[in-house]
Amino acid sequence: MNALKVLAPGGFTTVQDKGRFGYQQMGIPVCGVLDSFAFNCANILVGNDENQAVLEITIMGPAVEILTEMDIALTGAEMEMTLNDKPVEQWKSIRVKPGDIVTISQVQTGCRAYLAFSGGLKVPRIMDSCSTYVGGKIGGFMGRPLKKGDILETHEARVLKKPRAIPVAQIPQYPSSVGIRAIPGPQDDYFDCGMTALFEKGYMVTAKADRMGYRLQGSPIPIKSGMPKSIVSEPSMPGSIQVPPDEQPIILLVEQTVGGYAKIATVISTDLPKVAQTTPGDTIRFEKTDLKTAHRLYHQEKNKILKIKALFVK
Amino acid sequence: MESRLFEKPVYRLAGDNGLLVEFGEGIDSRVNAKVRAMARSLGKDRPLGVLEMIPTYRSVLFFYDPELTNPDKLCTLIEQVEKSLEKIDIQPFKIVEIPVCYADEFGPDIENVQKTHGLTRKEVIHLHSKPEYLIYMVGFTPGFAFLGGLDEKLHTPRLATPRMLVPEGSVGIANNQTGMYPIASPGGWQIIGKTPLKLFAPDRANPFIYKAGDKIKFKPISKPEYDLLAQRENC
Repeated sequence: MNALKVLAPGGFTTVQDKGRFGYQQMGIPVCGVLDSFAFNCANILVGNDENQAVLEITIMGPAVEILTEMDIALTGAEMEMTLNDKPVEQWKSIRVKPGDIVTISQVQTGCRAYLAFSGGLKVPRIMDSCSTYVGGKIGGFMGRPLKKGDILETHEARVLKKPRAIPVAQIPQYPSSVGIRAIPGPQDDYFDCGMTALFEKGYMVTAKADRMGYRLQGSPIPIKSGMPKSIVSEPSMPGSIQVPPDEQPIILLVEQTVGGYAKIATVISTDLPKVAQTTPGDTIRFEKTDLKTAHRLYHQEKNKILKIKALFVK
Repeated sequence: MESRLFEKPVYRLAGDNGLLVEFGEGIDSRVNAKVRAMARSLGKDRPLGVLEMIPTYRSVLFFYDPELTNPDKLCTLIEQVEKSLEKIDIQPFKIVEIPVCYADEFGPDIENVQKTHGLTRKEVIHLHSKPEYLIYMVGFTPGFAFLGGLDEKLHTPRLATPRMLVPEGSVGIANNQTGMYPIASPGGWQIIGKTPLKLFAPDRANPFIYKAGDKIKFKPISKPEYDLLAQRENC
């Protein structure tokens, strides 16, 4: 069912779901949404199952013409949105009809927004996922970001009986200076004073920040004397903080599978959305945490989503 | 770095949903065989809560869901499996033949490799296509195989300035490594030829033609043979 036509694609708009798991050993990165909280909320708002494909919008939003009656919802980064030139709110379901024009403009705070549609976007499942892997030209809509003139389909779905909204208290803020919790390792033994620098100084997000990784700039993180400058290539995780020879940290995100640089620490999964919502010029302050705390936060985050979901179940 | 097998695996945390398990040090076929044997034994029925199991040169990364498992449970499981691996069994592998055309138009750096080592074109082709290369791991880009066993006479440093785009199918050399680019990507390897085979075809029933543990054998082909195979591959 044709659901929307792209009038303007925005900065970098791709189809994403939770990600592609099980193929990293063949060099296929996980991909998927960078802000899982905003993604989950967007699907809940339009009454979808949890892993339906949405649009991930970066910095500048798209303009689309609606081709069928459905509900849509925009979550994540704060961006102005209009329906036929009238402002509409984020974090709420919006009923749209054929011929409507939805325009999403420049980001105000944050970096990435998520636009969900009743039924979810219908694209071929490649290796068990709808996520776009732009580097590998696979998944999503023809393996690439959206272009003007693209027509996207959605799965058959019923519209909502009544509109939905995420309670204001649950809507995250996206400040330009954020605390990001990380667990030392896997190569924490490669660093001494570098560890102190990482957790005491702030790091600025540079212009080299994309779905593959965020290059940061700040106090140098030297490798302990006597340790090799690189390691035998091994897998990385979304959140791995790797330190190349220039001693400036890079937070690896979802489009990388292996690397040969030592990784001083790993951002906890609960805080990855916060990283993804920073833009060049923002400041990241790393805070040391441990596995027990991180797992407690992980469970809390899961429960938060379950509670939001429960609000809309009769 | 000296390579050796560890007596006991070394566990390293990779955040709140990753556990890195090292079985040895360095780039070594024995260490790598153990990595693959462990991944294979555990992979028969993937442990509960494990989303990804990624074997590499000397380690396996477990990407897990903390709702369902944790590093303690995984360590116990790994040690059980390790005990059951009586000796490192030789995994059945296949030898995958990769046709390569070493013509100038496909190998812009082959002359450079010749000059570096004072070899003729024929000698470079012979030295490159003679061995059976073990695939230690696959990663970096879809289907990118890390191969071991390049003849010392061909070890050539990376280009001083990497290329913005190396064409799909290119075959290259970087120091003691040789490999193929399954998709077009930036890269600093010395490109000496090109294969007409599609090394990564996402819409094919099996998108890949080899896996870690298999061996690669390059087969020199002429330009007309290349064209014929390329045509067949695109049908």
